[in-house]
Amino acid sequence: MVLVFVMSADKFKDRHGFWTNTIAREEYILKGNSSCPGCTAMIALRHIFKAAGPDTFVLVGACCAVVCEGVYPNTCMALPTLDTAFACTAAMASGVRAAVTDRGINVIAIAGDGGTVDIGIQALSGAIERNTDFLYVCYDNEAYGNTGMQRSGSTPFGASTTTTPFGKKEDKKDIAAIVGAHNIPYMATACPSYPMDLERKVKRALSIEGPKFLHVLTPCPPGWRISADKGVEVGRLAVRSCSFFLYEMENRELFMSKPSIDAMKNPIPLRDYLSVQGRFSRMSEEDMKLAQEKVNANIAYYREVCGI
Amino acid sequence: MKVKMAISYPTVGASGRTGDWRVFRPVINQKLCIHCYNCYVFCPEGTISPELGVDYEYCKGCGICANECPSKAIRMVKEE
Repeated sequence: MVLVFVMSADKFKDRHGFWTNTIAREEYILKGNSSCPGCTAMIALRHIFKAAGPDTFVLVGACCAVVCEGVYPNTCMALPTLDTAFACTAAMASGVRAAVTDRGINVIAIAGDGGTVDIGIQALSGAIERNTDFLYVCYDNEAYGNTGMQRSGSTPFGASTTTTPFGKKEDKKDIAAIVGAHNIPYMATACPSYPMDLERKVKRALSIEGPKFLHVLTPCPPGWRISADKGVEVGRLAVRSCSFFLYEMENRELFMSKPSIDAMKNPIPLRDYLSVQGRFSRMSEEDMKLAQEKVNANIAYYREVCGI
Repeated sequence: MKVKMAISYPTVGASGRTGDWRVFRPVINQKLCIHCYNCYVFCPEGTISPELGVDYEYCKGCGICANECPSKAIRMVKEE
Protein backbone atom coordinates (compact mmCIF):
# COMPACT_ATOMS: atom_id res chain seq x y z
CA MET A 1 0.00 0.00 0.00
CA VAL A 2 1.40 3.39 -1.02
CA LEU A 3 0.80 6.21 1.42
CA VAL A 4 0.47 9.90 0.64
CA PHE A 5 1.61 12.42 3.25
CA VAL A 6 -1.04 15.11 3.65
CA MET A 7 -0.13 18.39 5.30
CA SER A 8 -3.07 20.43 6.47
CA ALA A 9 -6.45 18.92 5.59
CA ASP A 10 -7.47 18.91 9.25
CA LYS A 11 -4.55 18.92 11.58
CA PHE A 12 -5.06 17.73 15.15
CA LYS A 13 -4.04 14.96 17.48
CA ASP A 14 -6.53 12.20 18.22
CA ARG A 15 -7.39 11.27 21.78
CA HIS A 16 -4.50 8.82 21.96
CA GLY A 17 -2.08 11.61 21.01
CA PHE A 18 -1.32 10.50 17.43
CA TRP A 19 -1.16 12.76 14.40
CA THR A 20 -3.05 11.37 11.47
CA ASN A 21 -1.66 12.74 8.22
CA THR A 22 -1.16 9.86 5.80
CA ILE A 23 -3.77 8.36 3.49
CA ALA A 24 -3.65 5.40 1.13
CA ARG A 25 -3.03 6.21 -2.51
CA GLU A 26 -5.27 3.48 -3.91
CA GLU A 27 -8.67 4.57 -5.19
CA TYR A 28 -11.56 2.15 -4.71
CA ILE A 29 -14.16 4.40 -6.30
CA LEU A 30 -13.05 4.87 -9.89
CA LYS A 31 -13.33 8.09 -11.87
CA GLY A 32 -16.30 8.74 -14.09
CA ASN A 33 -19.11 7.64 -11.78
CA SER A 34 -22.53 9.24 -12.01
CA SER A 35 -22.56 11.23 -8.76
CA CYS A 36 -23.57 14.89 -8.96
CA PRO A 37 -20.69 17.40 -9.18
CA GLY A 38 -19.54 18.27 -5.67
CA CYS A 39 -21.13 15.25 -3.96
CA THR A 40 -19.64 15.10 -0.45
CA ALA A 41 -20.96 11.55 0.05
CA MET A 42 -18.41 10.47 -2.57
CA ILE A 43 -15.63 12.17 -0.55
CA ALA A 44 -16.82 10.26 2.52
CA LEU A 45 -17.01 6.88 0.72
CA ARG A 46 -13.64 7.46 -0.95
CA HIS A 47 -11.96 7.96 2.43
CA ILE A 48 -13.88 5.12 4.09
CA PHE A 49 -12.65 2.63 1.46
CA LYS A 50 -9.12 4.07 1.52
CA ALA A 51 -9.05 3.48 5.28
CA ALA A 52 -10.62 0.00 4.99
CA GLY A 53 -8.22 -1.26 2.31
CA PRO A 54 -8.61 -3.89 -0.39
CA ASP A 55 -9.84 -6.77 1.82
CA THR A 56 -13.34 -5.41 2.08
CA PHE A 57 -16.77 -6.63 1.11
CA VAL A 58 -19.22 -3.82 0.50
CA LEU A 59 -23.01 -3.92 0.67
CA VAL A 60 -24.80 -0.93 -0.76
CA GLY A 61 -28.42 -0.41 0.13
CA ALA A 62 -30.80 1.49 -2.11
CA CYS A 63 -29.46 5.02 -1.83
CA CYS A 64 -27.58 7.59 -3.89
CA ALA A 65 -24.43 5.44 -3.84
CA VAL A 66 -26.12 2.63 -5.76
CA VAL A 67 -26.97 5.09 -8.54
CA CYS A 68 -23.46 6.57 -8.46
CA GLU A 69 -22.00 3.14 -9.25
CA GLY A 70 -22.94 3.61 -12.88
CA VAL A 71 -24.83 1.68 -15.52
CA TYR A 72 -24.78 -2.12 -15.98
CA PRO A 73 -22.44 -3.83 -17.07
CA ASN A 74 -19.98 -1.28 -15.65
CA THR A 75 -19.47 -0.14 -12.09
CA CYS A 76 -17.19 2.38 -10.41
CA MET A 77 -16.67 0.20 -7.31
CA ALA A 78 -13.30 -1.55 -7.37
CA LEU A 79 -14.29 -3.74 -4.39
CA PRO A 80 -16.66 -6.74 -4.28
CA THR A 81 -20.05 -5.10 -3.95
CA LEU A 82 -23.57 -6.39 -3.43
CA ASP A 83 -26.47 -4.06 -4.11
CA THR A 84 -29.37 -4.71 -1.75
CA ALA A 85 -32.95 -3.61 -1.31
CA PHE A 86 -33.92 -0.70 0.91
CA ALA A 87 -35.03 -2.55 4.02
CA CYS A 88 -32.43 -5.30 4.27
CA THR A 89 -28.92 -3.84 4.04
CA ALA A 90 -27.92 -4.82 7.58
CA ALA A 91 -29.69 -8.18 7.33
CA MET A 92 -27.69 -9.03 4.20
CA ALA A 93 -24.51 -7.93 5.97
CA SER A 94 -25.35 -10.56 8.62
CA GLY A 95 -25.69 -13.15 5.85
CA VAL A 96 -22.40 -12.16 4.22
CA ARG A 97 -20.64 -12.30 7.58
CA ALA A 98 -22.02 -15.79 8.14
CA ALA A 99 -20.37 -16.83 4.85
CA VAL A 100 -17.15 -14.82 5.27
CA THR A 101 -15.96 -15.83 8.72
CA ASP A 102 -12.38 -14.60 8.22
CA ARG A 103 -11.72 -11.67 10.58
CA GLY A 104 -9.23 -10.21 8.08
CA ILE A 105 -12.03 -9.37 5.66
CA ASN A 106 -14.08 -6.32 6.55
CA VAL A 107 -17.80 -6.24 5.85
CA ILE A 108 -19.04 -2.69 5.32
CA ALA A 109 -22.72 -1.90 4.79
CA ILE A 110 -23.52 1.47 3.30
CA ALA A 111 -26.93 3.09 3.31
CA GLY A 112 -28.34 6.57 3.12
CA ASP A 113 -30.40 8.24 5.79
CA GLY A 114 -33.70 6.95 4.37
CA GLY A 115 -32.37 3.38 4.32
CA THR A 116 -31.16 3.71 7.91
CA VAL A 117 -33.42 6.06 9.82
CA ASP A 118 -36.79 5.19 8.24
CA ILE A 119 -36.86 1.98 6.23
CA GLY A 120 -33.82 -0.03 7.30
CA ILE A 121 -33.95 0.62 11.04
CA GLN A 122 -35.41 -2.77 11.96
CA ALA A 123 -32.74 -4.65 9.98
CA LEU A 124 -30.01 -2.52 11.55
CA SER A 125 -31.39 -3.05 15.05
CA GLY A 126 -31.63 -6.79 14.41
CA ALA A 127 -28.09 -7.08 13.04
CA ILE A 128 -26.66 -5.22 16.04
CA GLU A 129 -28.67 -7.43 18.40
CA ARG A 130 -27.31 -10.57 16.66
CA ASN A 131 -23.80 -9.19 17.29
CA THR A 132 -22.81 -9.34 13.61
CA ASP A 133 -19.19 -8.35 13.03
CA PHE A 134 -19.61 -5.53 10.52
CA LEU A 135 -19.40 -1.78 10.04
CA TYR A 136 -22.59 0.05 9.15
CA VAL A 137 -22.10 3.44 7.52
CA CYS A 138 -25.07 5.78 7.33
CA TYR A 139 -24.32 8.79 5.17
CA ASP A 140 -26.85 11.40 5.98
CA ASN A 141 -27.88 13.97 3.38
CA GLU A 142 -31.04 14.68 5.38
CA ALA A 143 -33.59 13.69 2.70
CA TYR A 144 -34.32 11.02 0.07
CA GLY A 145 -31.83 12.56 -2.36
CA ASN A 146 -31.97 9.89 -5.05
CA THR A 147 -35.73 10.16 -5.69
CA GLY A 148 -35.87 13.97 -5.64
CA MET A 149 -35.35 15.24 -2.09
CA GLN A 150 -38.45 14.06 -0.28
CA ARG A 151 -38.62 14.50 3.49
CA SER A 152 -37.09 11.73 5.60
CA GLY A 153 -36.95 11.10 9.34
CA SER A 154 -33.54 12.71 9.28
CA THR A 155 -34.59 16.04 7.75
CA PRO A 156 -33.96 18.82 10.29
CA PHE A 157 -36.54 21.22 11.66
CA GLY A 158 -37.45 24.01 9.23
CA ALA A 159 -35.92 22.51 6.07
CA SER A 160 -38.07 22.73 2.96
CA THR A 161 -38.09 19.63 0.76
CA THR A 162 -40.34 18.67 -2.14
CA THR A 163 -42.86 17.10 0.26
CA THR A 164 -42.53 19.79 2.96
CA PRO A 165 -42.46 22.96 0.82
CA PHE A 166 -43.04 25.31 3.79
CA GLY A 167 -40.48 23.72 6.09
CA LYS A 168 -40.58 20.55 8.16
CA LYS A 169 -42.37 20.96 11.48
CA GLU A 170 -40.79 17.99 13.27
CA ASP A 171 -37.30 17.43 14.64
CA LYS A 172 -34.53 15.30 13.22
CA LYS A 173 -34.36 11.75 14.53
CA ASP A 174 -31.15 11.22 16.52
CA ILE A 175 -30.07 7.93 14.92
CA ALA A 176 -26.69 7.96 16.68
CA ALA A 177 -28.42 7.98 20.08
CA ILE A 178 -30.83 5.21 18.99
CA VAL A 179 -27.93 3.00 17.89
CA GLY A 180 -25.93 3.97 20.99
CA ALA A 181 -28.78 2.64 23.13
CA HIS A 182 -28.09 -0.88 21.74
CA ASN A 183 -24.90 -0.97 23.86
CA ILE A 184 -22.83 -1.18 20.68
CA PRO A 185 -19.02 -1.74 21.01
CA TYR A 186 -18.11 1.21 18.80
CA MET A 187 -20.08 4.06 17.33
CA ALA A 188 -18.94 7.36 15.86
CA THR A 189 -20.17 10.38 13.97
CA ALA A 190 -18.05 12.01 11.28
CA CYS A 191 -18.12 14.55 8.48
CA PRO A 192 -16.14 14.52 5.19
CA SER A 193 -15.09 18.12 5.93
CA TYR A 194 -12.72 16.49 8.46
CA PRO A 195 -11.40 13.60 6.32
CA MET A 196 -8.49 12.58 8.55
CA ASP A 197 -10.86 12.33 11.51
CA LEU A 198 -13.19 10.18 9.38
CA GLU A 199 -10.38 7.83 8.28
CA ARG A 200 -9.12 7.44 11.82
CA LYS A 201 -12.60 6.53 13.04
CA VAL A 202 -13.03 3.93 10.28
CA LYS A 203 -9.65 2.35 11.12
CA ARG A 204 -10.52 2.29 14.82
CA ALA A 205 -13.94 0.77 14.08
CA LEU A 206 -12.54 -2.00 11.87
CA SER A 207 -10.02 -3.00 14.56
CA ILE A 208 -12.85 -3.85 16.96
CA GLU A 209 -14.87 -7.06 16.76
CA GLY A 210 -18.64 -6.83 16.78
CA PRO A 211 -21.18 -4.42 15.29
CA LYS A 212 -19.93 -0.90 14.57
CA PHE A 213 -21.85 2.14 13.42
CA LEU A 214 -20.70 5.31 11.69
CA HIS A 215 -22.99 8.29 11.10
CA VAL A 216 -21.60 10.66 8.45
CA LEU A 217 -23.14 14.03 7.66
CA THR A 218 -22.79 14.65 3.91
CA PRO A 219 -24.05 18.00 2.60
CA CYS A 220 -25.91 17.52 -0.71
CA PRO A 221 -25.44 20.52 -3.06
CA PRO A 222 -28.62 20.10 -5.17
CA GLY A 223 -30.82 19.08 -2.25
CA TRP A 224 -29.60 21.65 0.26
CA ARG A 225 -29.59 24.27 -2.52
CA ILE A 226 -25.98 25.31 -2.17
CA SER A 227 -23.51 25.72 -5.02
CA ALA A 228 -21.42 22.65 -5.90
CA ASP A 229 -18.17 24.05 -4.49
CA LYS A 230 -19.61 24.83 -1.03
CA GLY A 231 -20.37 21.27 0.18
CA VAL A 232 -17.24 20.86 2.31
CA GLU A 233 -17.53 24.38 3.71
CA VAL A 234 -21.16 23.85 4.77
CA GLY A 235 -20.19 20.60 6.53
CA ARG A 236 -17.60 22.57 8.47
CA LEU A 237 -20.22 25.19 9.40
CA ALA A 238 -22.53 22.41 10.64
CA VAL A 239 -19.83 21.26 13.08
CA ARG A 240 -18.84 24.80 14.11
CA SER A 241 -22.43 25.82 14.83
CA CYS A 242 -22.88 22.62 16.91
CA SER A 243 -25.90 21.46 14.92
CA PHE A 244 -23.84 18.29 14.29
CA PHE A 245 -21.47 16.83 16.88
CA LEU A 246 -18.40 14.74 16.09
CA TYR A 247 -17.89 12.12 18.76
CA GLU A 248 -17.14 8.46 19.23
CA MET A 249 -18.67 6.11 21.74
CA GLU A 250 -16.84 3.03 22.98
CA ASN A 251 -18.65 0.77 25.43
CA ARG A 252 -21.05 3.56 26.42
CA GLU A 253 -18.26 6.04 27.09
CA LEU A 254 -18.53 9.17 24.97
CA PHE A 255 -15.42 10.94 23.63
CA MET A 256 -15.97 14.25 21.88
CA SER A 257 -13.66 14.83 18.88
CA LYS A 258 -11.36 17.83 18.67
CA PRO A 259 -13.32 19.95 16.11
CA SER A 260 -16.48 19.65 18.20
CA ILE A 261 -14.69 20.45 21.48
CA ASP A 262 -13.39 23.66 19.87
CA ALA A 263 -16.86 24.41 18.48
CA MET A 264 -18.59 23.87 21.84
CA LYS A 265 -16.31 26.38 23.54
CA ASN A 266 -17.25 29.12 21.11
CA PRO A 267 -20.06 28.08 18.72
CA ILE A 268 -20.91 30.29 15.75
CA PRO A 269 -24.59 31.36 15.55
CA LEU A 270 -26.86 28.80 13.89
CA ARG A 271 -28.02 31.52 11.49
CA ASP A 272 -24.58 31.47 9.79
CA TYR A 273 -25.08 27.78 8.98
CA LEU A 274 -28.73 28.00 7.92
CA SER A 275 -28.57 31.20 5.86
CA VAL A 276 -26.10 29.78 3.31
CA GLN A 277 -28.56 26.99 2.41
CA GLY A 278 -31.49 27.61 0.09
CA ARG A 279 -33.66 25.01 1.81
CA PHE A 280 -33.92 27.20 4.95
CA SER A 281 -34.71 30.40 3.02
CA ARG A 282 -38.41 30.28 3.99
CA MET A 283 -37.71 29.79 7.69
CA SER A 284 -39.36 32.45 9.88
CA GLU A 285 -37.58 34.43 12.64
CA GLU A 286 -39.43 32.53 15.41
CA ASP A 287 -38.44 29.18 13.91
CA MET A 288 -34.83 30.33 13.68
CA LYS A 289 -34.88 31.25 17.39
CA LEU A 290 -36.53 27.92 18.26
CA ALA A 291 -33.85 26.01 16.31
CA GLN A 292 -31.09 27.97 18.08
CA GLU A 293 -32.66 27.10 21.46
CA LYS A 294 -32.67 23.41 20.51
CA VAL A 295 -28.99 23.60 19.57
CA ASN A 296 -28.19 25.33 22.87
CA ALA A 297 -29.99 22.56 24.76
CA ASN A 298 -27.92 19.97 22.85
CA ILE A 299 -24.67 21.79 23.69
CA ALA A 300 -25.67 21.86 27.37
CA TYR A 301 -26.47 18.13 27.25
CA TYR A 302 -23.13 17.14 25.68
CA ARG A 303 -21.22 19.50 28.03
CA GLU A 304 -22.72 17.60 30.93
CA VAL A 305 -22.01 14.17 29.40
CA CYS A 306 -18.35 14.84 28.49
CA GLY A 307 -17.59 17.36 31.22
CA ILE A 308 -16.26 20.08 28.91
CA MET B 1 -26.97 -25.60 -10.35
CA LYS B 2 -26.01 -22.60 -12.43
CA VAL B 3 -27.32 -19.28 -11.16
CA LYS B 4 -27.67 -16.36 -13.51
CA MET B 5 -26.47 -13.12 -11.92
CA ALA B 6 -26.18 -9.59 -13.22
CA ILE B 7 -22.52 -8.82 -12.56
CA SER B 8 -20.96 -5.43 -13.32
CA TYR B 9 -17.22 -5.05 -13.67
CA PRO B 10 -15.14 -2.12 -12.37
CA THR B 11 -14.42 0.35 -15.16
CA VAL B 12 -13.00 3.84 -15.24
CA GLY B 13 -15.78 5.97 -16.68
CA ALA B 14 -18.71 3.73 -15.77
CA SER B 15 -21.07 6.59 -16.62
CA GLY B 16 -19.24 7.85 -19.66
CA ARG B 17 -16.88 10.79 -19.95
CA THR B 18 -18.09 12.88 -17.04
CA GLY B 19 -15.71 15.69 -18.01
CA ASP B 20 -18.34 16.74 -20.55
CA TRP B 21 -20.55 17.95 -17.65
CA ARG B 22 -18.05 20.62 -16.74
CA VAL B 23 -18.71 24.35 -17.10
CA PHE B 24 -15.60 25.63 -15.28
CA ARG B 25 -12.25 23.87 -15.40
CA PRO B 26 -9.77 23.98 -12.46
CA VAL B 27 -6.30 25.25 -13.35
CA ILE B 28 -3.51 24.77 -10.79
CA ASN B 29 -0.83 27.45 -10.55
CA GLN B 30 2.23 25.46 -9.46
CA LYS B 31 4.08 28.64 -8.37
CA LEU B 32 1.52 29.44 -5.67
CA CYS B 33 1.01 25.81 -4.59
CA ILE B 34 2.15 25.03 -1.03
CA HIS B 35 1.65 21.24 -1.39
CA CYS B 36 -0.93 20.82 1.36
CA TYR B 37 -2.86 18.27 -0.80
CA ASN B 38 -6.24 19.70 0.24
CA CYS B 39 -7.40 19.48 -3.40
CA TYR B 40 -6.35 15.81 -3.59
CA VAL B 41 -8.06 14.99 -0.29
CA PHE B 42 -11.33 16.81 -0.95
CA CYS B 43 -11.81 15.90 -4.65
CA PRO B 44 -15.04 13.82 -4.72
CA GLU B 45 -13.95 12.03 -7.89
CA GLY B 46 -10.28 11.42 -7.21
CA THR B 47 -9.39 13.17 -10.46
CA ILE B 48 -6.58 15.20 -8.85
CA SER B 49 -3.52 12.98 -8.43
CA PRO B 50 -0.97 13.39 -5.58
CA GLU B 51 1.36 14.82 -8.25
CA LEU B 52 -1.27 17.58 -8.62
CA GLY B 53 -2.28 16.85 -12.18
CA VAL B 54 -5.98 17.09 -13.04
CA ASP B 55 -7.64 14.40 -15.18
CA TYR B 56 -9.80 16.66 -17.34
CA GLU B 57 -11.50 13.70 -18.97
CA TYR B 58 -13.44 12.91 -15.78
CA CYS B 59 -13.28 16.13 -13.70
CA LYS B 60 -16.87 17.35 -13.27
CA GLY B 61 -15.77 20.88 -12.42
CA CYS B 62 -17.47 21.16 -9.03
CA GLY B 63 -14.91 23.67 -7.75
CA ILE B 64 -14.37 22.17 -4.28
CA CYS B 65 -10.59 22.19 -4.93
CA ALA B 66 -10.58 25.93 -5.71
CA ASN B 67 -12.78 26.65 -2.67
CA GLU B 68 -10.62 24.62 -0.26
CA CYS B 69 -7.21 25.80 -1.55
CA PRO B 70 -5.60 27.83 1.28
CA SER B 71 -3.20 29.70 -1.04
CA LYS B 72 -5.77 30.29 -3.84
CA ALA B 73 -3.52 28.48 -6.32
CA ILE B 74 -6.50 26.94 -8.16
CA ARG B 75 -8.55 29.10 -10.48
CA MET B 76 -11.82 28.08 -12.16
CA VAL B 77 -11.64 29.02 -15.85
CA LYS B 78 -14.71 28.92 -18.09
CA GLU B 79 -14.72 26.19 -20.75
CA GLU B 80 -14.95 27.30 -24.36
